[in-house]
Order: sequence, then C-alpha cells, then structure tokens
Amino acid sequence: MKITVKYFGMIAEITQCDEEIIDFSGSMMSEFLKIVHSKYPELKNKDFQIAQNQELVALKTSVTGQELALLPPFAGG
Amino acid sequence: MSDKKLKTVFKEGAISSEFIGEAIAKHQTKTSIGAHNIFLGQVRADVINGKTVSAIEYTAYEDMANQKFHEIREVAFEKFELTCMHIYHSLGVVKAGEICLFVFVSSPRRKVVFDALEFIVEEIKANVPVFGKEIFEDDTHQWKKNT
Repeated sequence: MKITVKYFGMIAEITQCDEEIIDFSGSMMSEFLKIVHSKYPELKNKDFQIAQNQELVALKTSVTGQELALLPPFAGG
Repeated sequence: MSDKKLKTVFKEGAISSEFIGEAIAKHQTKTSIGAHNIFLGQVRADVINGKTVSAIEYTAYEDMANQKFHEIREVAFEKFELTCMHIYHSLGVVKAGEICLFVFVSSPRRKVVFDALEFIVEEIKANVPVFGKEIFEDDTHQWKKNT
C-alpha cells in the first residue's frame, strides 16, 4: 500500500522533506519503522512518536492508515 | 468524536497584549461570569552552552493539533463548570519576551478556573503536536522539548 508519511521539526530536518509517499508491503508499525530507519539511518538515534491517521500508535499496531506522521518531542506552550 | 466545528487556535506570530485585552473586554457582556483565569506562555531567552535564545519558530502537525485542541476543550467543558474557554497558540517566529500561548477560561466561580486552567495547559504541553525551533542570536538553532 502507498502511505503518505509526514515529517516534522527535527525529523523533517533529517529527511530533508516534509512529506513523501512510501510503498509498504508489511503489516506492523515495527516493520514500517525498519524501512524508515534504513532510509534515514540518522533517525535511529532520535526520539520520535508515530501517529497513524492523527492518533499516536505503538509499534505493535497494524499499519492501516493512509497517513503516518513522525513526530519529534512536543514543545507547545 | 463531536461534529462541532473546530475552533481556530493557531495564529501567525506573537499574540499581542492588545489581542489579549480585547478578548477580556469581549466578556463584559457575559454577566454570569464571576472569575476569569489566564495563562500566558512567553518565550524565554534561555542561555544554552553560552548562546542566548533570541526566538522560537513554532510549527505543528496542524490537522492533528486542531483535533487535540478540540478534544481538550470538550473534556474541559465536561470536567469543569466553565462559561467559556479560548486557546490561542502561535505559529512561526516568536521573539524572546513575546507571548506564544494564551489560554483563557471563565466560570461563575473562582476555584473552577484555577483547576481548569492548569488541566488545559498541561494537556496542551503533553498532547498537542507543536514543535519549537529555538533560534540563537548567531542564527544557529536547537529543537526544544517540553519538560
């Protein structure tokens, strides 16, 4: 499936884009993370959460979403 | 999920004291209110490794952030006896000393607004995907984390 992946803050600085489409044939979020890490090895040392369709998800979650986002630590307020 | 229209929270740049003053003035017609409470987040000129922060540039995952603000608002109205509540958060560059977050709650009674305001501000800091780039005076930067 084709997934729109959004990047923010320090993550976008590493990926050098705000958004891209990644073709994903696995099922779990942990597999998706491996693809991201192999594409951007620098992200292995960075702290971030993953949101699927705008909800934060764990690595044991199934990938069902059209949109994933990699979110660095929040700094609102 | 409620189908109520999402309120506009984000504002480009700093939140001015005029804007804050007008927001207070607008509530003078609502005479059931007995207490307001206001939180203002201000950009600090932190010194980190000898370099001073001159501004923070805010970005957000806006769709998710607006949804989260909406959820916080719904929960706050359920939990506390509020007459009204407003949240404004900056996007873009806000200089040290300027206001980047304005939360305004109103209720018939004072104790409610103390509790409600703390709840709302803490929820925003923990759950809303806003990101802050701390820009130093020499134009280098680092990414801020909420503590």
